[in-house]
Amino acid sequence: MITVKNLKKQFGNHLVLDDIDETIEQGEKVVIIGPSGSGKSTFLRCLNLLEIPTAGEIWFEGNNITAPKTDINQLRQKMGMVFQQFNLFPHLTVRQNITLAPVKLGLMNKEAANRKAAELLERIGLREKADAYPRQLSGGQKQRIAIVRALAMNPDVMLFDEPTSALDPEMVGEVLELMKELAESGMTMVVVTHEMGFAREVATRVLFIEEGKIKEQNEPKAFFDTPKHPRLKEFLSKVL
Amino acid sequence: MDTIRDWFISLAGRYYDAFITEQRYQYYLEGLLITLEISLIAIIIGALIGILVAIIRVSVVNIKGLRWIGIICGCYVNVIRGTPIMLQLLIIYNLIFTSRNTNEIVVAAVCFGINSGAYVAEIVRAGIESVDKGQAEAGRSLGLNANQAMFYIIMPQAIKNILPALGNEFIVLIKETSVASIIAVTDLTKAAQYIGSRTWDVLPPFIISALFYLVIVLGLTKLLGIFERRMRQGDNS
Repeated sequence: MITVKNLKKQFGNHLVLDDIDETIEQGEKVVIIGPSGSGKSTFLRCLNLLEIPTAGEIWFEGNNITAPKTDINQLRQKMGMVFQQFNLFPHLTVRQNITLAPVKLGLMNKEAANRKAAELLERIGLREKADAYPRQLSGGQKQRIAIVRALAMNPDVMLFDEPTSALDPEMVGEVLELMKELAESGMTMVVVTHEMGFAREVATRVLFIEEGKIKEQNEPKAFFDTPKHPRLKEFLSKVL
Repeated sequence: MDTIRDWFISLAGRYYDAFITEQRYQYYLEGLLITLEISLIAIIIGALIGILVAIIRVSVVNIKGLRWIGIICGCYVNVIRGTPIMLQLLIIYNLIFTSRNTNEIVVAAVCFGINSGAYVAEIVRAGIESVDKGQAEAGRSLGLNANQAMFYIIMPQAIKNILPALGNEFIVLIKETSVASIIAVTDLTKAAQYIGSRTWDVLPPFIISALFYLVIVLGLTKLLGIFERRMRQGDNS
């Protein structure tokens, strides 16, 4: 579904991603871990071109999205993204947050979008918040609505950039729970996170990125129980 | 005691001459109307130019082929902000509108609009840059293009942030229009000068027209305060 070939990203002289090759298949739940500054967020943001790669190719559903002629806006509709800082639109209500993109992009009319929003909010138990503004919500509620906002576009893959890092500890659970449900429904997911429990439980594959390279990857049990790379061993010994 | 009384009577007489005699208040009112006319047109022109220039300047930064447009906009802002408004007015009046039947009011309104546009552009640009980068990213990640993200997500938030600064700019603009009298526009300031030349007593008419400006500005300040409160209430409901 997503194929990354020789991906390089440089900020000035600083090489953040160093020649990454990776393929993500439909239905996979890929969790990316690594120390901060290792390039894992940059890798994720390259997948929907929020960061423009310095070199290399990214293919999504048979299209080379790094080719100059590609309509990236079209492809981004199929790649939902969830941010660390939620990035809900503060001047719009929850309902408007969810329906803005589908309506303005002409994918749904207003009634259909509102119905879809109500349905999605019902699913996460926040239907009564439809007319609230983001600032009236808790962090956990904000992030769950941000997830639902991305889902309203019916994406084929969901990208999560440290979705629980900005949350108070007691709110992490509700967001992870929703992500787990999403995983069980068969969504393809790429998740950058520090939640090792989530990685172990939900991931079909875990990647360890350090210094811009994928140093090790495996299915979660082997990844956590028998790490091979010395840096991964050291990293896991610190975070587990 | 008598000297104080006489002083008051003569003072009242001076102001009576400057305002009532020969129905001179009509000059002030006509001048006021022209001042308001110039200000209103200039505010509209300034806002349109300012928003346009600001959006262009923040948008073309990342587009290689269009950088020259950004440079032109930057020159416009720098030249306008770097030269006195009185000279801009004289230059535009003498350079461009040299024909005999020029409408001075229109010239002044256009000139002040162009002038204000440069300041508004900087205010709006600061407002756009004050909106968190994540907002645009969230919009783009949903598939909106750059214009849609700007229009539906960035601008509504930017406008709210810059409203006080924008109001301030409009207040400054209204007062600056008093310079228009040098190209023979009979605005509020010119009316005062004219009456002063008739009564041989310049101080009272100047003070009277200053009061007019003060009332307009205080009224506008009040209006903007109400407007800002309204916008904030929108957040809470």
